[in-house]
Amino acid sequence: MVVDHRQGHLDVVRAALSTLVYPLQFAVNLPVEVGRRLSETLVTQKFLIEENNRFREEHQLMNSKLQRFVILEEENKRLRQLLGSSIRFKERILIAELLSVELEPHRQLVEINKGFREGAYDGQPVVDASGVIGQIIHVGPFSSKVLLITDPSHALPVQVNRNGLRAIAVGTGQANNLLLQHLPTNADIHEGDLIISSGLGHRFPRGYPVGTISSITLEPGAHFAKVAVTPSAKLTQNREVLLVWPYEIDDETTMGAEVAMNR
Amino acid sequence: MNPDRYMAHNGGWVIILSLILAFMFTAIPLPDWAINLQPAWVAMVMIYWCMALPDRVGIGAAWAIGLLLDVQQGSVLGQHAIGLAMVAYITLKSYQRIRVFPLPQQAMMICLYVLLLQFLMLWIKGMMGVAPPNWFFWMPALTSMLLWPWLFIILRDIRRKFRVY
Repeated sequence: MVVDHRQGHLDVVRAALSTLVYPLQFAVNLPVEVGRRLSETLVTQKFLIEENNRFREEHQLMNSKLQRFVILEEENKRLRQLLGSSIRFKERILIAELLSVELEPHRQLVEINKGFREGAYDGQPVVDASGVIGQIIHVGPFSSKVLLITDPSHALPVQVNRNGLRAIAVGTGQANNLLLQHLPTNADIHEGDLIISSGLGHRFPRGYPVGTISSITLEPGAHFAKVAVTPSAKLTQNREVLLVWPYEIDDETTMGAEVAMNR
Repeated sequence: MNPDRYMAHNGGWVIILSLILAFMFTAIPLPDWAINLQPAWVAMVMIYWCMALPDRVGIGAAWAIGLLLDVQQGSVLGQHAIGLAMVAYITLKSYQRIRVFPLPQQAMMICLYVLLLQFLMLWIKGMMGVAPPNWFFWMPALTSMLLWPWLFIILRDIRRKFRVY
């Protein structure tokens, strides 16, 4: 146990055994999956048309935003070149689906249907459309387990988007709460500030939204302010998440513009 | 080797199937309020087989089952393995007595065993700093106790029907 906890030499064993267990997880997930497929098949035409229209509108909107984004990206790159610093914007992304299975209680863990056959690796960041979800902790051939950022054992280097103030966001075990640790009581933060990942741990890429500050409690006598953050990712509602390869450049895709669909 | 002794085992697939079902029950997604009420399915089924067929399901099997449970649940490797192995050991020590207990009393013993299992889990989790936040952590012992009579009767009938021995 100590070896597994501290060093992780047993990952190979775990991966091999997870091949045995995966069919079970798959079987448990199956009824949910079938139900979803059925409800997808049995929707009315009206609903589909409405949804289609909504998507088209959204697509238009996104495209118009993206146009500006492309220009900004170029400009930013140029400015950064002038400054002599390098930053990578392009990342490889893959969509994974959550399996509806129960994992260890009292921990914020989920299982996804992508493993090292798809290139997932230990410690890989997982995000969704609105923010950081967590990181992979056990990777098997067909599936992997993701530790959510709200798990008490998870800490994430972040910064305040407004002024670049750095902090560590630690999970609390509650699905909608993170804590920023060791921020002095006079730090420049306000409720509603956007918190983004700072990329300092070299595990999460820089600039993904993590959450917004929901409350700041100053306790007299305490050295640090108690800063609570509401995660912006929909940690408890998502079915689909994105695996990110932060330090691999894929020249074909611009960030967010195209996503490797692999289902 | 005595051929009679060699042929004496029967219906190993029933044991394996019951354990597979227990694993699947463990993995069924539950609403938030019910998560803490999840009985220790795998432990219960394992205790049953330890009790009924102590010469077939023992500490080694319990350890292997626990290891698989660890992989399925994503807990640290060995956590459930050591817990189930301990419970199997105690069951093997006491199966002759428990077998003849009336069902309610048996259920109470199961409650104790699952409490022991939960205690070991808590201990290991505590060492890793992921201790559970509240007392509901102990609830599986209670629900396991309440479900034991039914599980026992079902497994016993299955065992008799398929002549597992």
